[in-house]
Amino acid sequence: MTPGHLQIALCLGLAALCVKPLGGFMARVYQAEPTPLDGLLAPVERAIYRTSGVQPAREMRWQAYAGAVLAFNAVGFAAVYLVQRLQPWLPLNPGGLGPVGPDLAFNTAISFASNTNWQAYAGEATLSHLTQMLALTVQNFVSAATGMAVMAALCRGLARASASTLGNFWVDLTRGTLYILAPLSLALALALVSQGVVQSFEATSTAILVDPATGVDGAPVARQVLPLGPAASQVAIKQLGTNGGGVFGANSAHPFENPTPLSSFLELLAILLIPAAQCYTFGRMVGDPRQGWAILVVMTLIFVPLLALAVAAESAGNPRLASPAIAAVAPHGGNMEGKEVRFGVAASALWATATTAASNGSVNAMHDSLMPLGGLAALFLMQLGEVVFGGVGSGLYGMLVFAIVAVFVAGLMVGRTPEYLGKKVEAREMKLASLVILVPPFLVLGAAALAVALPQGRASILQPGPHGLSQVLYAFTSMGNNNGSAFGGLDADTPFYNTLGGVAMAVGRYWPIVLTLALGGALGAKERVPPGPGTLPTHTPLFVTLLVAVVVAVGALTFVPALALGPIVEHLNLQPR
Amino acid sequence: MQVRPALVVFAWLSVLTGVLYPVVVTVAARGLFPSQAGGSLIREADSVVGSALIGQPFDDPRYFWGRPSATAGFPYNAALSGGSNLGPTNPALIEAVHARVDRLRSADPTNPAPIPIDLVTASGSGLDPHISPEAARYQVDRVARARGLRPDAVRALVLAHVEGRAAGVLGEPRVNVLRLNLALDALP
Repeated sequence: MTPGHLQIALCLGLAALCVKPLGGFMARVYQAEPTPLDGLLAPVERAIYRTSGVQPAREMRWQAYAGAVLAFNAVGFAAVYLVQRLQPWLPLNPGGLGPVGPDLAFNTAISFASNTNWQAYAGEATLSHLTQMLALTVQNFVSAATGMAVMAALCRGLARASASTLGNFWVDLTRGTLYILAPLSLALALALVSQGVVQSFEATSTAILVDPATGVDGAPVARQVLPLGPAASQVAIKQLGTNGGGVFGANSAHPFENPTPLSSFLELLAILLIPAAQCYTFGRMVGDPRQGWAILVVMTLIFVPLLALAVAAESAGNPRLASPAIAAVAPHGGNMEGKEVRFGVAASALWATATTAASNGSVNAMHDSLMPLGGLAALFLMQLGEVVFGGVGSGLYGMLVFAIVAVFVAGLMVGRTPEYLGKKVEAREMKLASLVILVPPFLVLGAAALAVALPQGRASILQPGPHGLSQVLYAFTSMGNNNGSAFGGLDADTPFYNTLGGVAMAVGRYWPIVLTLALGGALGAKERVPPGPGTLPTHTPLFVTLLVAVVVAVGALTFVPALALGPIVEHLNLQPR
Repeated sequence: MQVRPALVVFAWLSVLTGVLYPVVVTVAARGLFPSQAGGSLIREADSVVGSALIGQPFDDPRYFWGRPSATAGFPYNAALSGGSNLGPTNPALIEAVHARVDRLRSADPTNPAPIPIDLVTASGSGLDPHISPEAARYQVDRVARARGLRPDAVRALVLAHVEGRAAGVLGEPRVNVLRLNLALDALP
């Protein structure tokens, strides 16, 4: 076992240890049980409800819950759009940055409201400190809290019988933000500053270069402008809320966002923390923690082989660079293009798979320079629908929709009415589940096909051929599944990609949310049927295997043809003939 | 019906998470970790010579060279971070790597050792402050010759600047190029 394997094991092990305490705490938050933070936060919570006219005890039917989600997200979208367009006339713009263009502002507003954090811009050159804080940091919190609220509503639908309501969105949103995301972010932000992540309201600092350089234009360069900003506060929530949008262009590869191996370890842990722990939250909320553990095992069983594939591909390095003049030996061997020395190959490959499994999308190495099979692991994890850990909230509700499909498939095999957690799965539930699962892939493949068919789409490709197809496929896979990471070689800041991508992000987020709430409403209204001899228990290795097979089969059947033309061809091209 | 809560709750959460939270973190960071919060700057004789976390371009044979940087404008342009984004099959990547090999070889023609890969591939941020200990050792003879120093003295300086894995497990061993070069300049 190399140190690289050891640090991967350490990170996954520590995340697993946090599942029960954090998951249990989150269940208390959504079930309005007392928590240790009540003394500090309950008065704030009450003030929010009082001033906004929310009656916290009054629950909503699924239609009203969905309406509240959409209304709140529309307000968030409008606010982010306006702040970007108006930033030169607003305070905290020490760099004197101009207004963001309309198509880019549209794309960025949807991106952050939908918890995607696709970035067609470089933060340090485009956005003022005020835009980073008041527009983006806020969305990092509330888009995450939105996903967690929808998850809580679906869990209530599964837990209740003959019920007409799913909870109150305003309460779930507020409590998720105040009790879960804010305290964790505060602690992580300060830990990151201790490692060197910057946190300042100044624009920049300037250094005199020790060895003056020459620019590409031949002009001498004697100074280096170091960008500052309120970075640590945003980096903390960008990881915890599976957002992923960086303060600086290089995202978590930038030394001011991720300066040390320890900061990388903490940020990686933060990426997996809530998506893993919410499995236990689900188990607690439906009154049977074994159900939650089974879901966590399913996620892990899909994640680990793809992680191993990426680590192996990146460690093996690029055969095109094999030469007696170059030493590519461990630990700094392998494919170091686009990677940082302080992280090395193992921590970079772990990050690349964790950030695409969880729908985070921050990167500590450039994904466009991954080996074809490393990029394939990242692509496929997103294409599974962001349900392997997935986004905060969204990963779990996505996986539960797959669980309903899995019991249906099992029911077909033995000829009995399928049940999940005592709820009969009937035609309406199956229609909703199918529509949740099938629409995002349709969107991803349709948009990618359109992009490679149109000159506006092809013009942005850096490297024509299989790699260029991978770039386009990656872009729409990332946006359609609300991940946000990118193959950076694609020039995505064009009206074509900004607009089509914005639509893909919006549909990829709100379509599953509305249908998941409808599903929660339908399940909550049902009576509970006692388990009979034909009931398939859903916490057993048999069900775990079945669910893994359903998730992988749906993803593979949909995407293998496209993957074969992109990363797989590129991989075969690299092999010596 | 949902409009009032949507606006008011949004306003509350914007103030709490978009203003109060970053301000609290900034104040606490300034109190607890002032140097880190301000960019870990290295000062010499009242002027800032760099950040301990951000690499700088070096191409004088008297200095250790860092990793190739693909930032726009000039290498190690900290105002525009980013990688090359070249894929593994891109001919431009292969050409760039071979050009870097040739340049390192011509700066040190008598060195037959193979060149560590991190010295010929661009970093993700374009600002990587580190090289591997192997990449530093590869450059010892060239730097010693250019400065008229004994290679052993330079080698000892490199060894003193090797940072190990955190807790023996996390990350990879590395050498901070700017710190090493500042220490070289400070040699008597």
